[in-house]
Amino acid sequence: MIETVIKAPLPVGEALAIQKNRIAGRDAATRRLAIVTGTHGDELEGQYVAWQLARVLEEKKDALRGTVDIYPALNPLGISTIYRGLPGFDLDMNRIFPGSRNETMYEYIANGIIRDIKGADLCIDIHASNIFLREIPQVRINEKTAKQLVPLAKLLNMDFIWVHSAATVLESTLAYSLNMLDTKTLVVEMGVGMRITQSYGDQLITGILSVMAHLGMLAEPGPAVKQPVVSTDGSVSFLNAGASGFFMPQVKHGDYVKKGQLVGLIADSLDGGTKETLCSPVDGLVFTLREYPVVNEGSLIARILGGIGTNKKKTAVPETEQADEKKSASSVKGGSTAKRKAGLAAKRGGAKR
Amino acid sequence: MRKVKLFTIDALPYRQPIPVYGYRFGSRKKTLAVMGAIRGDEVQQMYVAARLVRKFSELEKQGAFAPDLGVLVVPCAGQFSMNVSKRFWPLDNTDINRMFPGYSEGETTQRLADRIFRALQGYRWGVHLASFYLPGDFVPHVRIMDTGYQPNEEGLDFGLPYLMIRKPHPYDTTTLNYNWQVWETRTFSIYSRTTDYIDEESAEMAADSVLYFLAKKGMLPYKLPEGVRRFLSEKGLLGSELPEGSRTKTVKEENLVNIHNKAGGILIRYHHPADFVREGNLLAEIIDPYTTDVREKIRAPKDGTLFFAHHGQLIAGRSIVFRLIPKERVGK
Ligand SMILES: [Zn+2]
Repeated sequence: MIETVIKAPLPVGEALAIQKNRIAGRDAATRRLAIVTGTHGDELEGQYVAWQLARVLEEKKDALRGTVDIYPALNPLGISTIYRGLPGFDLDMNRIFPGSRNETMYEYIANGIIRDIKGADLCIDIHASNIFLREIPQVRINEKTAKQLVPLAKLLNMDFIWVHSAATVLESTLAYSLNMLDTKTLVVEMGVGMRITQSYGDQLITGILSVMAHLGMLAEPGPAVKQPVVSTDGSVSFLNAGASGFFMPQVKHGDYVKKGQLVGLIADSLDGGTKETLCSPVDGLVFTLREYPVVNEGSLIARILGGIGTNKKKTAVPETEQADEKKSASSVKGGSTAKRKAGLAAKRGGAKR
Repeated sequence: MRKVKLFTIDALPYRQPIPVYGYRFGSRKKTLAVMGAIRGDEVQQMYVAARLVRKFSELEKQGAFAPDLGVLVVPCAGQFSMNVSKRFWPLDNTDINRMFPGYSEGETTQRLADRIFRALQGYRWGVHLASFYLPGDFVPHVRIMDTGYQPNEEGLDFGLPYLMIRKPHPYDTTTLNYNWQVWETRTFSIYSRTTDYIDEESAEMAADSVLYFLAKKGMLPYKLPEGVRRFLSEKGLLGSELPEGSRTKTVKEENLVNIHNKAGGILIRYHHPADFVREGNLLAEIIDPYTTDVREKIRAPKDGTLFFAHHGQLIAGRSIVFRLIPKERVGK
């Protein structure tokens, strides 16, 4: 059944409406799972999951216990205009939760979404990187909530679980806000912006069925799932462009590379030269690889998951969903100014600065 | 005056490198730094900084600088966006003012924030000529992020009509203002009326307020700027018996009253920022975009001064049409 979660009038003859597909099984009120996606208008991987999951659950209706709510578009205006953010608004939608009934229209909408999801037994928030980077299927978890969430994340059939460091700015995400309201929420990140990778979607649906079985929402055994690699921040290495130009990858996404191996080139199409050769700093798995060829100085090229103890610990918040905060991390509050600065400096690259 | 190249932005293929300049005045001491435009639509902010460059240059020539006064003004670090009419970084639409304190080995806009932040560090006072995340018009004011790291009353020394105290939200912790404070610079954001077009009067007022601040500190000849004086006297805020500048009103942001609309449509504003209104006064109407029928009348919920007004002719429902500073009750 299609239901409207929250609605606000647009200027000229239209309303902004957040809708959900409510699929209710037996004992509908006993358990609730929320599947949400489409916060960032350029991320479409979740559209396949929303569509396919509804079909799978329709087939399994006899075995379904409780209610599954599928919210395919938290940012309908962004999706319809191929725009990541909220049209006409400065802030990323994933920076205004839990929203408010006394601020702007988008904060009113955000607040309505939170109120609707709150109280679910589990929420899965599906993201798709952005148009620049391709990601292997993974769950991202704030270190503050790792203890409760990692065991659930392991059921999701993803390749990788990334426990990342906390930052004050991330306290306004949907996942953080819901977790603070005791509604357990997992953030899934997979694929690339503006595209749909059906195999990743199918992989996640298997995981969703497995977690449903765990929650007692399926009166049948859950499917078998793969064991993900669980990371601490310590084993993730970053490769950024040192020059602007066009990225020519020399490895495939998901490859294992050796330390020193060529990951890609930055081409200068004006003079036929190579501006930079980018090599892997560690032995490891290329779990993030640049997809969009145009690069600026600083553009992220790859993230490589190194083996345990092979390289220096580096704290970071993943770029794709938390693009505007990593290393700034003002989680260091109180204490002396010197301490605060030291804390901040450490998060931004330590002694190099 | 010394024009110095702070750094060069050479980050995009097929774009020419752009040097970012700072203008230094007075001694080598790091007394005050002023940051102008960071976003590509901050024309007013760049203009205010440019006016300051001119004023400081004249004052320096006249010998008006105190011996230990050293000033840096950076008119613009947003050229790459400005020249292509974008508010944010043109490739990935990220906002440099949500990247502070920056990171020299990070993504492009983190690196730019890092370079800007390095140039601005170590100053005793910092002024960011800022724009707000909601499109709208303001009463000129100075804004302080209430972090507890600095005395809020110092904001009174700008002599602007209002001093706004804002409690930081999580998304504020990556702004220049917040991080500048953490790095021990006493930081103020100055808002004039506009962003993407020049409003001469409030630009002059904003520029003068910086001079007024330094004058209050005994670092420039002390004089109430003409723009501020005119504004205050127009608003009846200038009591002749009171010392200059003491009529700045301090307002906590959480005490502002947001005035919302329910209907969407065309917004017809009858009142503007700085207007004093009475409870029940008609402030605006939302009219039907097809017929001009009035859909909603927006009235003042209480007596007070309008502080902010939605900018733009079209408006969605549930928006903030105005923000009002409620009049304090007598005896309070
Ligand atoms: Zn996303």
